[in-house]
Amino acid sequence: MSLKENLYLNFIKDDRYKYLISGLGNTLLITIVAVVMGILVGFLLAYIRTTHDKTGRWKVANLFAQVYITVIRGTPMVLQLLIVYFVIFASVNVPKIIVAFIAFGLNSGAYVAEIIRAGIMSIDVGQFEAGASLGFSYTQTMLYFILPQAIKNVLPALGNEMIVLLKETSVAGYIAMNDLTRGADIIRSQTYSAFIPLLMAAAIYLFFVMIFDSLVKKLERNLKNSDH
Amino acid sequence: MKRTISVVLVLCLAMGLCACASSGSGSSKKLVMATNAAFPPYESVEGNEIVGIDADIAKLIADDLGMELVIEDMAFDSIIAAVQTGKADIAMAGLTITEDRKQNINFSDPYTEAAQVILVKTTSSVQTPDDLEGLSIGVQIGTTGDIYAADIAGATIERYSKYFEAVNALLQDKIDAVIVDREPAKVFESENPDLKIIDDEFTVEEYAIGVAKENTELLDNINASLKKLKESGKIDEIIGKYIKAE
Repeated sequence: MSLKENLYLNFIKDDRYKYLISGLGNTLLITIVAVVMGILVGFLLAYIRTTHDKTGRWKVANLFAQVYITVIRGTPMVLQLLIVYFVIFASVNVPKIIVAFIAFGLNSGAYVAEIIRAGIMSIDVGQFEAGASLGFSYTQTMLYFILPQAIKNVLPALGNEMIVLLKETSVAGYIAMNDLTRGADIIRSQTYSAFIPLLMAAAIYLFFVMIFDSLVKKLERNLKNSDH
Repeated sequence: MKRTISVVLVLCLAMGLCACASSGSGSSKKLVMATNAAFPPYESVEGNEIVGIDADIAKLIADDLGMELVIEDMAFDSIIAAVQTGKADIAMAGLTITEDRKQNINFSDPYTEAAQVILVKTTSSVQTPDDLEGLSIGVQIGTTGDIYAADIAGATIERYSKYFEAVNALLQDKIDAVIVDREPAKVFESENPDLKIIDDEFTVEEYAIGVAKENTELLDNINASLKKLKESGKIDEIIGKYIKAE
């Protein structure tokens, strides 16, 4: 079969490209919602962890955050997804896309927490002291001085997390979610082509990773303008 | 610490070497069978072995051809590609003969009959295949159930990686029905009192062995072998061992 025939069979015939389009839509949607959720959860956890490290307060919350991060980072994403779908939501029927949001968002949160914590810890302790000596409370110092600098420092790492997450969503097919990878799988299961659908899906992932990457770089450049 | 690491590394290396040594042994030619071992009673994993009707028949064929049978367990939708690309010699996974599949691989003579049935919860109102319209139907990706479900008007198809995951989803009311081959359906039904099989069969079909297009010599040998096994009653014997007559 020529390449042209192969492309026709895999993407044009029976409108098979639609599997990729709808799959891509789900992949991007899951990624974006999970990134936002991950950042929220991550911030909360990082705030708890660093507050405990710096002031000794919030012992119980800190313990919870530590256990959470250990468990999430210590188990495979695909198992977490299956557990959320088949165990946590066993008796409740929620749309699968919500299951995916929650599973990927909670997973990302654990990684983002460590990234942001590293950012906060990288800021010189003298800045906390300076804030305190100017009459700012711990929370104010954190919000107005520490976090803005911390985020700037960890932006490349956060961008990286987003890229990892985009690719990680490829396991969503395990709960019969039609994501990009599953879209390619469906085409493969109909045409039995060993690689054309896979190569196409890979190319689409790569394309979006490059877009994400350039967006993060642009943001970094803009934030650099304040470096003087 | 350093010492621990080196001990671990040496162990890894030793294990790797052993693995090479064991896979290198065996002088006879190998017959690699691609299957998806989540399809009882045709193939399922028991301990470290893949057992079932397909596995037993393949073993007899391999013995007859003087070859050594090696079974590779993989995702169902990868099986045909594995045979096409030469990663496996034969595909045996309760594989139904369909026109689309025939364009990509050759099929041997059929070795058994099968049917697609509908599995629902005992509380379900579904009575016949026509009742499936507009419902959400679980299938295993790439199976004949997947192909047929696509023709049901207004139905949402949920493609799972394995049948038992679709059955799990059915048990949790995430989907309304599962289209699955009759024999595996019976196994699922016997394991879950909440499930029932709809009496009307969805389709009737035949299983055969898939072989790469260019490998006609192997196909002829397999057909000759199958003929012998059918005539001697060996195939019926194997099927009877796994499927109890009603």
